[in-house]
Formats: sequence, C-alpha cells, structure tokens
Amino acid sequence: MTDVVLCIPSCEGPIRKAFDVTGVTPVVSATGRLNDIAALEPADGFAGAVINASAFPFTEAMNLCRQLRSRERSLGPVILLLDHYQLDDLTFREDLFDDFVVGPFDVSELATRLRHRLRRAGNESVAPRVEHGQLSMNLETYQATIAGRVMDLTYMEYELLRFLATNPHRVFTRETLLSRVWGYEYYGGARTVDVHVRRLRAKLGEEYAHLIATVRSVGYKFGESSEFDV
Amino acid sequence: MQSQAQYVLRTVEERGVRFVQLWFTDVLGRHKAFHVTPAELEDALDQGMTFDGSAIDGFSRTSESDVLARPDLTTFQLLPWYEEGRGIARVFCDIVNIDGSPFSGCPRQQLRRVLDSAHDQGYAFYVAPEIEYFLFKDLVPGVSPEPLDRGSYFDLLPDDTASQLRRRTVLTLEEMGIGVEHAQHEDAPGQHEIDLRYTDALTMADTVMSVRHVVKELARQAGVAASFMPKPLAGVQGSGMHTHLSLWRDDQNAFIGDGPYGLSDVATKFIAGLLHHAPEITAITNQWVNSYKRLVPGVEAPVDVAWARHDAAALVRVPSVKPGRIDSTRIEYRSPDPAANPYLAFAVVLAAGLRGVNGDYELPAEGARVQRLPQSLAEAVSLMADSDLLLETLGEHQVEWFLRNKRAEWDAYREQVTPFELERYLPLL
Repeated sequence: MTDVVLCIPSCEGPIRKAFDVTGVTPVVSATGRLNDIAALEPADGFAGAVINASAFPFTEAMNLCRQLRSRERSLGPVILLLDHYQLDDLTFREDLFDDFVVGPFDVSELATRLRHRLRRAGNESVAPRVEHGQLSMNLETYQATIAGRVMDLTYMEYELLRFLATNPHRVFTRETLLSRVWGYEYYGGARTVDVHVRRLRAKLGEEYAHLIATVRSVGYKFGESSEFDV
Repeated sequence: MQSQAQYVLRTVEERGVRFVQLWFTDVLGRHKAFHVTPAELEDALDQGMTFDGSAIDGFSRTSESDVLARPDLTTFQLLPWYEEGRGIARVFCDIVNIDGSPFSGCPRQQLRRVLDSAHDQGYAFYVAPEIEYFLFKDLVPGVSPEPLDRGSYFDLLPDDTASQLRRRTVLTLEEMGIGVEHAQHEDAPGQHEIDLRYTDALTMADTVMSVRHVVKELARQAGVAASFMPKPLAGVQGSGMHTHLSLWRDDQNAFIGDGPYGLSDVATKFIAGLLHHAPEITAITNQWVNSYKRLVPGVEAPVDVAWARHDAAALVRVPSVKPGRIDSTRIEYRSPDPAANPYLAFAVVLAAGLRGVNGDYELPAEGARVQRLPQSLAEAVSLMADSDLLLETLGEHQVEWFLRNKRAEWDAYREQVTPFELERYLPLL
C-alpha cells in the first residue's frame, strides 16, 4: 500500500520530484477548502500533507493549517514549504505543523523529511497531551483537568491555556497572546487577554490560580514559579 | 469557527451534556432559551434554530415573523449547578433574519453595532457593573415581600442563609469564569451587591444575564427568592446597577489625562455627552414604572444630572484611583438599575458618551445641576420619543416597539388605585 499525501496548492518541479523519489503519491488540491479536500481523500485517509506556504499570504497559510488541524479526521504530519523570510513568523506557531523546508527546495532534503515524518507518524498512537504539574490537557478530547478536577472552559479559554501550557516559563505580551491565540479582531483589544486570564484563574481555583503569573508591565507567564520570580 | 464547533461538540460528548440551552433576550431584557439535545446540536450550531419571532416581545411584526437564533460559540459554557453526567450547557445566540442578515430586534446585535462604530474610531469599551438585588423569604405577586435578613451596609452577620447563599453565588460565578471583584451586604435588609470585574461591554451584557440567572436559580434551590426589582420595599434604598466605564485605545486607557482628577479630554467629553443625553436614554437604563421609585432624593440614587467626585447623589461620579493603579481610571454612571436590558443599556450609554467625544461637548462645572432626570416612566418615554440619539442607536423598529410597549405599561399603571390613595384620601375626601 502506498501512502497518499495531500499537496496544497500544487505539486511541481522539485516537489513533484521529491514525491517521485519517495514513492509517495501526491494528491493536489488547489484550495484549502475542507470540502474539496474531503472529496479527494482516499478511503483510508491521507498519510500526511505538504503545504506550500510561500504560495499564500502567510496568515492565510497559517489559518489553513489551523483548519486542517481541526478536521475530524487526522491528516497526518503537516510539512510546510517556506520562504526564508517567513521563518520568523513561525515562532509560537509550532503547534500548527510538524516539519518545514525552506526554499529553494532541495529534492533530497524534501524527500528525506517526507519519508521521515511519514514513518514516525505510523508509530505514534498515543493521544497528544500537555502536562504541567497538576494541569493535564488532552488535546484530542479538548478536556483539561487540574488536580484531577475537570475544568469547564470556553473555547478561547481552552486555547489560551493550551498555548500558555505548551510554552511554560516564557513571558508573553498581551499583543503576542492576542495575535497567536485569537488571531482575529476582538471587541476588547489587548485587554481581552486580561479578561480571559482572570477567567482562567477563577476556573483554576485559588490553589492553582498562580500558575498564570502576571509579569508587571509586560504580560503573562505560565508555570510553577520559583521563589526568585516576582 | 470550524474548530470552535468541534470543541463544543466534543465537550458535550466528553462531559455527558444532556441539554444545551440556547440563550437570548427579548427587547426588555428578559431571558429566553431553547433547549436542544446533543443530537440536534450540530444542526443548531451549523444552521441556527428557526423560530417564530412574533411570540417574543419586541421581535417581529407578524409579516416577518420567522427568525433564526444563531449560537455564538465563544460563549459555550457548562452550567456548574447541574450534577456530573446530567450536564446542561448554555450558549448565547444572536438573532438573525432567515437570509442571515442581522435582525433589527436583537438587542445583542444592537450593542455589537455600537461597539463596532466605537471600534472604527479606535475605541474598545469596558464596563464593570455593581449589581444589587434583594433576597426574600418568598415572592407572592401583590404581597410586600419579607427580607431574608435584617442586615445593613457591610454587616458581617452570623453565618445565615443569606451569607451562605451570597458566598455560593460568588463561587458559582467564578466557576463560570465570571470575575467577581467583591460581594457584600447592602444598605437595606435582605439587600446584597455583587461587583463584577470589568470586561468588554458585549461580554459584560452576557455576564449580567448570567448573573441574574445564577442569583435567582441558587436562591430558588435554597428555598428562598431573589429579585432585581428596582424598588421592592418602600422606605429603604432600591437596587441599582452603578456601572463603571472606560474607553481604551491602542491598549491604553483613553480616560487618563491631565484634566480634573487625572481625566483626559476624551473622558471629560464623554462625561459631558452622558450628562447632555442622560434624560433621553433613561427610558432604556430605567425601563419600568417601578424604576422611578428608586430615583428619588435621600437614598443615594441620582436625581439631578450632575457629575462629582464624591457626591453619591450625582449621576456621574469620578472614583478615586489608588496610587499605582492608574489604569483603573474610569467613570461611574449611577442611574441604571439591574432590571434594565443590559445590552441596550450599555449601547445607549456608550452612544451618549461618544456623542460627547465626537461633538466636543464641554464639561459643566463639578456639582452643577445641568438638568434633572425624568421622574416617571411617562416622562422618560416622551423624552425618548424625541431622541434622535436613540433612533440612531436602536433603530426605528426597536424604538417604535419600545414606545408602544412602555406607553401601554404606563396606561395600565395609571388606571390603578393605590394603597397610598386609599389611605390618604378615602377618609379625607
């Protein structure tokens, strides 16, 4: 059985050659529309996806990844093809892709990564989790527990907590959180982040509210703090 | 959007949710809901729920009666007072026409519209209300209710039902992610207050609906009753919803400046706008016959249209800011009561303030009585009828319906012969 990999928005030149080398079958979808993708999907699903982010405005490419991630049926590992100048924008968006290759694309590099990712994906079957101290988040079922107690979160609260818990001990400004977690215009502006942090602290409960620390005049930081922290 | 829907559906599955309540409000701010089962939920999330709007106050003329309730997935929340495994969740809805366009009778979208126009000018609008209410032993229509306790302002009472209930209410709100600044016993017997931490105005209007529901529901479970009626008992103060307001621009509090009490130009013009338009928006912030029995002298309720730092009878107060907490610079608008429609109340308050900002209104002297608030629903309604600010903010559909409804309420009230008249006139005349 050969692996079938989704390719957006095209499969030409070195990309096509890399597929040929690995013996993986590409299926091309010109758009990222989920309906179009579902129509192309083989019965046993895609083994992975190669997305040429340099063919889209960057945020559009990221939204596409986000959408693919949210599909009921997994797409397997996502490999991004990028221009060099797009690298900086990947920071804090690591959760949206599994690997990346920078253009100009080298056939053997692309083929190696493709093969490597597909092999690894075949061996993983454990539900992805984020754990930190007493906090546990099951990314597949969207359920978060604190000290064994299930937290009832709204979607944005869940997304914010997931982002913070995935990047512990790092200080984020409100603007960073807003653009990375919300990613769209919101009535509250950056103060929205404060409002959601408060709500999360309330739901974490008194004992664990400190997991989200305010960093004066900067923003927020997640994690069990050491006594040296302010 | 896609992943939000998936989040909701998955949570419903994982938590064993039996029903999802789709919440919305009519024009008068009364809480309405559909109950859908998980099986129907996906459709409801995807397409919305069609219903006959003519059954809802202020929604439709009969010719255009079908509307859609479309869930706002960001507001999906499990209700913490139901047991595990029999879970009930709620999600707020916007009401739209069958073709998907915003429905003109939907208060939530009226507020969105005003927030959008503020947003276009670069402003985000934050509000933090102080919600007062009474706890009574029982509520029987027509009978003067008996307060649950005999406490007064800030009293620390032995651990009675009322204190336990207030504490439970605060914890439940926190579990729902509603930040409570503090809660206390208020001045009158049986009267309590919950002060909320500021959020953007749309979230807060949703929150006020949730708070009213939670307070009433938990009181019911404790075998007592809660009421947000503005003036349930004669002779003691009524229940208000003093509302703290601030505008933010580029993540900076736009009310901070070099003017009086550290206020900016924007803030003083905003206050001037509120003072100028206060009489005409009062029909919205104080929408019942009974609302005007709270707005009387001598019980810390505003009567005159004035602003001040300290005077509790002023309509607009400029609270002191703690050192180092300059971001909490704000103003307090004191006339609204907790029986208002929070969506419309926040919308008209913002619209009035923005008129002041955009029209360069001049701030009157501190303490100067500019005009007075309407003294009855009838007076408030006639001021509303002449208001182009309200027409612009709420639209013709709502203003027209509201005027008709409120005139009818006033007429029904006028026909009553009250105990006051019987007591005073019957022996005398």
